Amino acid sequence: MRKFIIATTALALSAGLALAQETVRMGTEGAYPPYNFINDNGEVDGFERELGDELCKRAGLTCEWVTNDWDSIIPNLVSGNYDTIIAGMSITPERDEVIDFTQEYLPPEPSAYVALSPDVDLKGGVIAAQTGTIQAAYIAETGATLVEFATPDETIAAVKNGEADAVLADKSYLDPIVAESGGMLVFAGDPVPLGGGVGMGVRESDTELKEKFNQAISSMKADGTLNALIRKWFGEDAATF
Amino acid sequence: MFSFCTDPASLPQLEWFACYLTTGKHMAFYGSFLVVLLLLLVTAPVALAFGFGGAMAARARFAPLRWFGKGYTAVVRGVPDIAFFMFFVIALDQGIEWLRHKIRCPDWEQPIRQGNDFVVCAQAKMPLSNAAQWVHEAYGFTLAVLTFSIVFGAFAANVLFGAMRAVPRAQVETAEAYGMTHRQAFWRITVPQMWIYALPGLSNLWMILIKATPLLFLLGVEDIVYWARELGGAKTSAYSYPHPDWRLWYFLALLVFYLGLTRVSEIVLGRITARLSHGQATLGGQALRKGAG
Repeated sequence: MRKFIIATTALALSAGLALAQETVRMGTEGAYPPYNFINDNGEVDGFERELGDELCKRAGLTCEWVTNDWDSIIPNLVSGNYDTIIAGMSITPERDEVIDFTQEYLPPEPSAYVALSPDVDLKGGVIAAQTGTIQAAYIAETGATLVEFATPDETIAAVKNGEADAVLADKSYLDPIVAESGGMLVFAGDPVPLGGGVGMGVRESDTELKEKFNQAISSMKADGTLNALIRKWFGEDAATF
Repeated sequence: MFSFCTDPASLPQLEWFACYLTTGKHMAFYGSFLVVLLLLLVTAPVALAFGFGGAMAARARFAPLRWFGKGYTAVVRGVPDIAFFMFFVIALDQGIEWLRHKIRCPDWEQPIRQGNDFVVCAQAKMPLSNAAQWVHEAYGFTLAVLTFSIVFGAFAANVLFGAMRAVPRAQVETAEAYGMTHRQAFWRITVPQMWIYALPGLSNLWMILIKATPLLFLLGVEDIVYWARELGGAKTSAYSYPHPDWRLWYFLALLVFYLGLTRVSEIVLGRITARLSHGQATLGGQALRKGAG
């Protein structure tokens, strides 16, 4: 009997170990449609949800989705609360010093200003952006006054209630918001090319996981499924590979 | 939820709201109210126990224990809650993983700190990365309860320490004259009588604890503030129920919830005060005596 117990425990333990190495926790923000958002059933949804599930399938990994505030999304990756960041994060040299990125799964895309009227002062006015984004860093350089918010939704609300003159964000995030604002919000100025494409963030020590996802992304690029997915979520005119 | 909810865009207003307010996301929102209540129900007794222990330690005749008790109240009360929450939870989490790592993976060769990364072996992860999501949430919740209890325990320790000293000295002297030991006098005379002196301070702490529950959000627990912000934000047609910025209404609901909770607490605390005042040499006790006579 005792032998049997030991054997089953050993079996359970080793099964646990095998599983432990294959479950990957995917960290996302869940507040940035169409990239990632929490749908009305309370589940993570969006372009990155579909992409992530497909990548995990191709890499043979079991994936579990977790949401985390944008503010602390890098620190919580580094301290091991989840294993990847898949949250519309542009690859920048500053971030690359702290974490590693897979190859890009979205080509670089422009950012745009949105305001209540098309002729606001973008160089000297008050511009809203989400904390810790490439847009926030860019505004700080232009000489405009930067106001930062924790969520992308609050940056839009700030423009609507007059707290900020304009908001700078990824154009694909702003497109549906402007289209559905009933003429209240308009694009101002020219789109600004920022960032070097969007990739998945992983811990610098996690080279094996990074390689698995790199291969999965390559295979999705090769058979055209990635482009189809981009067109599905970002529209027919979206930049593809 | 309802059978007519399949195509929300075509619904008249009343049905639309009936469907909207019963989505899975709203259910999670309602569930988070229970999380807050659960946190209060678990934290209050645990914090009181911490406080009692702290107060006893601060009164101890054995010097190191006394230093520990005094140090605990002084340090925790002196650090801003938010700083303590941020630091303590990360430190505790990493401390637990480090210990498990040392026990479970003794022959692991790589360093635990690699640059910015905190890397322990897969078996030392707490909870294991293949554990179900609810295990992760329960673990986060437990960390939150522990942190809340340590913070509020320090304040409770100070309140109880003062209350123990406020019991009239003559009571303890009488107990000693009857031949009770130090310990007997403490448990039979001081502790039963100190509560009336502790109650104003403790009820204050309870109110502050209620108001501090939104800090759960900082600890990564998806509480009512998180859901109110998430649900209230403007929604485009990427969602089934697009709507403009409704955060005002959601936060108004939170305001009503918290006011209701504190109001109920006030009534209950008032009753406890009346009960504990019986036969006490305090103004409240005096009033009760006169009323009865």
